[in-house]
Amino acid sequence: MTGKAPWDAGEARAMIAARSAEPGAMLPILHDLQQTFGYIDDAAVPLIAEALNLSKAETLGVISFYHDFRRAPVDGAVLKLCRAESCQAAGCEDLVAHLASHGVELDAQDGGPLRAESIYCLGHCALSPAALIDGRPVARLDERKIDAILAAAKSRPQ
Amino acid sequence: MTRVYVPADSGALAVGAEEVAAAIGAEARERGANIEIIRNGSRGLYWLEPLVEVETARGRVGYGAIDPSKVAGLFNAGFLTGGGHGDCLGLVEELPYLKRQTRLAFARCGRTDPLSVEAYRAEGGMRGLARALQLGAKATIAEVSSSGLRGRGGAGFPTGVKWSTVAAANADRKYVVCNADEGDSGTYADRMLLEGDPFALIEGMAIAGFAVGASHGYVYIRSEYPHAFATFRNALDKARGAGWLGPDAFGPGKGFDLEARLGAGAYICGEETSLLESLEGKRGQVRPKPPLPALKGLFGKPTVINNLLSFASVPWILAQGAKAYAGFGTGRSRGTQPFQLAGDVKYGGLVELAFGVTIRQLIEDFGGGTRSGRPVRAVQVGGPLGAYFPQSLLDTPLDYEAMLAAKGMLGHGGVVVFNDAVDLARQARFAFEFCAKESCGKCTPCRIGSTRGVETLDKIIAGRNVADNIALTRDLCETLTDGSLCALGGLTPLPVLSALDFFPEDFATAPRLAAAE
Repeated sequence: MTGKAPWDAGEARAMIAARSAEPGAMLPILHDLQQTFGYIDDAAVPLIAEALNLSKAETLGVISFYHDFRRAPVDGAVLKLCRAESCQAAGCEDLVAHLASHGVELDAQDGGPLRAESIYCLGHCALSPAALIDGRPVARLDERKIDAILAAAKSRPQ
Repeated sequence: MTRVYVPADSGALAVGAEEVAAAIGAEARERGANIEIIRNGSRGLYWLEPLVEVETARGRVGYGAIDPSKVAGLFNAGFLTGGGHGDCLGLVEELPYLKRQTRLAFARCGRTDPLSVEAYRAEGGMRGLARALQLGAKATIAEVSSSGLRGRGGAGFPTGVKWSTVAAANADRKYVVCNADEGDSGTYADRMLLEGDPFALIEGMAIAGFAVGASHGYVYIRSEYPHAFATFRNALDKARGAGWLGPDAFGPGKGFDLEARLGAGAYICGEETSLLESLEGKRGQVRPKPPLPALKGLFGKPTVINNLLSFASVPWILAQGAKAYAGFGTGRSRGTQPFQLAGDVKYGGLVELAFGVTIRQLIEDFGGGTRSGRPVRAVQVGGPLGAYFPQSLLDTPLDYEAMLAAKGMLGHGGVVVFNDAVDLARQARFAFEFCAKESCGKCTPCRIGSTRGVETLDKIIAGRNVADNIALTRDLCETLTDGSLCALGGLTPLPVLSALDFFPEDFATAPRLAAAE
């Protein structure tokens, strides 16, 4: 995501140290890193492992287990579109097709102005279909609103 | 000074509540109107969001759904004194949708500023904890036991039994953990309460901590709820400021404190043992039971782990008495359940009612049918692991036992309505697909069976050896049910089998298997 700081080992080390004494510090540390840098840099793995007295494999095992943690930075906006049952019942798959018709494939690895990812339930099921756009909730989505999100993503400075 | 309420619930924000609040503020400044805008939680009447309320001499008058373009018109119509307008709903608490509910856990949600300590107290908050402290730990557990409260996460285990087990355990440290990893699609009660009445959860967990002798607790909130997490963290700070949490929470030197932790997008972490693993900083993999978390839970210590709605029901039980709570409900399902209406439904929202209401009453009397206008074909109850009910079973009552008897489950109370465009073979495939995506990988039936299920359903959908593949699917479901370590693998067969049993016509050319058996 744009607006994130570039990877900085010194800063990462300080963030890890600030938390390492907490019980079960792993997830809070990973969230802090991702919040700051937008992803978990590979160079963070040995730093975390050392601070928490774990092996690098264990650390990597945790990072890879959770859907949230990214291993590479993302340019552009991130749309997390709900594809769970309530949103299915309200036509979210039509929106997936609509995005595809504009060249945005869900869960594609390649970058673009808008990265669209599947997510399963945002708790806005009474207002389906729902999504998060860069963390901001949007609901009662239709093709018109998706077009507006696309246009905004394309027009913003990279 | 006139009080105007505009929800800051993320559902309301998702349909423009922030813009509405800003427009009302700007318009008031321009007109020199003296108003105070209070950002309340949601009442749970989502089709009316953003729902603006004005405090008048006769009560709170509602206007909804409002968008910024309507704001000038509201002022022109004199909405600050409850004036008539095309979107005027009259007194909000007289709306039949709200009036017909029995709101115990959600009594305050939507009425107040969720972060106002004074408002929480004024609305009856902290009376439950006060009574618990007065009763003592043992009598508090007895009260929870005799209320009949059962785990609102779906398993329905008696809360009082869990608490007594932890209370009786000998350890230097015990924990209270709230499962707010509300991953079931179609459910949003936890989110609403975290954003709309977080102090109720804090009070409920404090009562639990006092009752079992724990001084520290964690609330595990899913990362898909960033707004709820932020609101709850603010609420923790306010509660510390009010002395409700901290070194003297239960009296001088008797401390209790809570910490909010953010999940990381793993559905399986809603399973209690994987949640504990995740809190400990590990992969969210399921632990075999025994040992029970009540004896060996977080960091190996005795732990009360309850669903958010279980904790949030406790303050009312203590304040009003177990007998009053047990007076609601039916059979062995006592009290109320916040049901959540979702999917293709006209009036989607939170409906807290005593157990025993039928699916049909909920989707017709409250939901008003489908939003699309198409006929209802299937209703999924209890999230992605819940059964799909056909029209003929919609009179099934929503309580723990009746749902089990109908080969479904109540789960977290989510009710998702599907219209006649739904293809149940595809929904069955999705159930396996979701299980494959979210499996923690620990046990074979779930890890491999889910993928085999997707492949087999693909063959059925393509019309290849349909009868054989349906038999194979049923066989696979048996393996998953009997052989899985936890509810993810164990309950994925519910949606699959209900689709096969009740909607055989959707399974291509050989739906006659059931008849041939």
